[in-house]
Amino acid sequence: MTKKILSAALGLTVAGLLASGASAATLDDVKAKGFVQCGVSQGLPGFSNPDAQGNWTGIDVDLCKAVAAAVFGDASKVKFTPLSAKERFTALQSGEVDVLSRNTTWTMGRDTSLGLNFAGVNYYDGQGFMVRKSLGVKSALELSGASVCTNTGTTTELNVADYFRANKMEYEIVAFEKADEVVSAYDAGRCDVYTTDQSGLYAQRLKLTNPDEHVVLPEIISKEPLGPVVRQGDDQWFNIVKWTHFAMINAEELGVSKANAEEMKGSDNPEIKRLLGVEGEFGAAIGLSNDWAYQIVSQVGNYAEVFNANVGPDTPLAIARGTNALWSAGGLQYAPPIR
Amino acid sequence: MAVADTPAEAGAPKAAIFNDPKVRGAVIQIVLIGLIVFLIWGMVSNAATNLARQGIASGFGFLNVTAGFGINISPFVDYAETSSYGRVYFVGLQNTLIISIAGIFLATVIGFVVGVARLSNNWVISKLAYVYVEVMRNVPLLLWIFIWYFSVLRLLPDKANPMNLGPLGLLNIAGYYAPKPIWGEGAIWIGAALIVAIVASLVLSSWAKRRQLATGEQFPVFWTAVGMIVVLPLIAYFASGMPLSFEMPTASRFGPRGGMRVYPEFLGLLVALSTYTASYIAEIVRAGILAISHGQTEASHALGLRSGPTLRLVVIPQAMRVIIPPMTNQYLNLTKNSSLAVAIAYPDLVSVFAGTTLNQTGQAVEVLLMTMLTYLALSLITSLFMNWFNAKMALVER
Repeated sequence: MTKKILSAALGLTVAGLLASGASAATLDDVKAKGFVQCGVSQGLPGFSNPDAQGNWTGIDVDLCKAVAAAVFGDASKVKFTPLSAKERFTALQSGEVDVLSRNTTWTMGRDTSLGLNFAGVNYYDGQGFMVRKSLGVKSALELSGASVCTNTGTTTELNVADYFRANKMEYEIVAFEKADEVVSAYDAGRCDVYTTDQSGLYAQRLKLTNPDEHVVLPEIISKEPLGPVVRQGDDQWFNIVKWTHFAMINAEELGVSKANAEEMKGSDNPEIKRLLGVEGEFGAAIGLSNDWAYQIVSQVGNYAEVFNANVGPDTPLAIARGTNALWSAGGLQYAPPIR
Repeated sequence: MAVADTPAEAGAPKAAIFNDPKVRGAVIQIVLIGLIVFLIWGMVSNAATNLARQGIASGFGFLNVTAGFGINISPFVDYAETSSYGRVYFVGLQNTLIISIAGIFLATVIGFVVGVARLSNNWVISKLAYVYVEVMRNVPLLLWIFIWYFSVLRLLPDKANPMNLGPLGLLNIAGYYAPKPIWGEGAIWIGAALIVAIVASLVLSSWAKRRQLATGEQFPVFWTAVGMIVVLPLIAYFASGMPLSFEMPTASRFGPRGGMRVYPEFLGLLVALSTYTASYIAEIVRAGILAISHGQTEASHALGLRSGPTLRLVVIPQAMRVIIPPMTNQYLNLTKNSSLAVAIAYPDLVSVFAGTTLNQTGQAVEVLLMTMLTYLALSLITSLFMNWFNAKMALVER
């Protein structure tokens, strides 16, 4: 009898230990450990890329820094975990990272069956093709019979299958686990075509031996809304990440930037006052201090600043705002108001 | 304690039941099994609860869902983007089996050659074999895979200008394109002739063996068999009106089309896996040969056998007993190491099933369980086969 009780107790303890693996309140966990663990790519210039000193930069990185600024008032309290496309969801599901900010496409399947929530779109992208100029290809519709290099475990792998099938063209897919191997294989000439999100093509082209010999074709074959992802079932943390992104867009719209955030606190505009926490109790409602958005803008910047610093026209990527302009400027970036 | 034990050992009727070593042993085992079952049940139910709470789909229904992604290498299993995840599993399994079997074969051949070469009296040959073994086994396998794959890619001519091997087909960075045989009417006779020739060779060899045992006379079995296997199908070929033609690969804008293709991913992985494992096999072979006392060689020489037949007929058959058991390990290692394929885009089981499928369905528990069980089954089958082979090769004492 004692043995039975003992074994039952042991079993329950083990079960209890296993159950505590994924705890519900991410904010408490993050506060307790003192930093935000952020899942990023293994190196995609402009989005998340380590520089020579090992500091991460990019718009996905800045989103994580913004979350840290909102939670701790200190944008440097963030640690990065480079993840391959294949491992990223498992890493988030298992609690290895608190937020996945890794140029990840929002799809219905991922949103509904993986136990994850997409917290917004910080870059509207679309899948494109890159080929050698010497092939003389002008349109993706001329690619029948080509071999295509891409990453495993991405939506690009599926889109390219759909596109070639829909247009009754043959192709050969060569799918690598890591982006670096895709680039090397394409650079060596194993594939005629390199396909990924168009922003990614511009970014990876910089890594090729002769970037000038390659051209990105005009076709965009898919919608790729890229955004941060959190675990499902923790609405508070979901709200924090979602509103961190919205705060940066609202800041751009209201003309609040890194440089003028301090003086804007004295603005007469009630929308700016609410954003910067001078009026209202919006920070407390998501479990943060009232100046959460002020910390984001003053330490990381508004959406335009982040975009221009990482992928904008003055960077090597030279990507125009296009669909990523504010809604008021003809783009898609739109944030609900803070009120 | 000793006092308490004595009555039980003496079989005294008053001994308490829990002092009976048999009963006690059984109880302990039952409790242990119960504990393990409970632990496993706890983990399974816990995983299920956690998955449900996190809103992650579970169950094996996903195996019937359309996969939607392309796989370039699938020589035997029919696969298209519209196929199901269940079929993806079989495509992956097929590619894992192909690379494992080809790798095991090649590694064994290279390993035996290098292992024997290490014991050669020729200084250059034995040192070359020594360098090969040390260089191969002291560099991580993943590095070898990258080195072979990317150096193969760099060495081969680009797609627009394939190397023309004449009647042997074309070679470029996207692979080797061999002429594809097109079997016409009556080609079945060629196959039948080949089978007849093989069966006849087997019969001949067993007859020759019996005759040699009985009379000591030798018969040139090898060359007769080669002759039969070459000549009989040739006769059938001409007699049935030459029903065989070849589809030659032709160059096109995006590289050659048609023909039979060997992919560079397969070649890179095959060479890396087999040369790496061969270095271990070479050491096993060397150890096996050294385990046979030199007296056997001397006795064989004394009987008038030259070095070649001595090695083939006296030393290696005995060395096999030492060689086979550790060899099984290497075969299992090679099979498991083939899962590094994902690094260079060879679509093996881990790449397309435990990789892409897992990523798209998010059902890590089910997918990984299936993959683990598959590798377990492959390993057990290999072990069983090698155990059988070992028993067959064991020295039968007369």
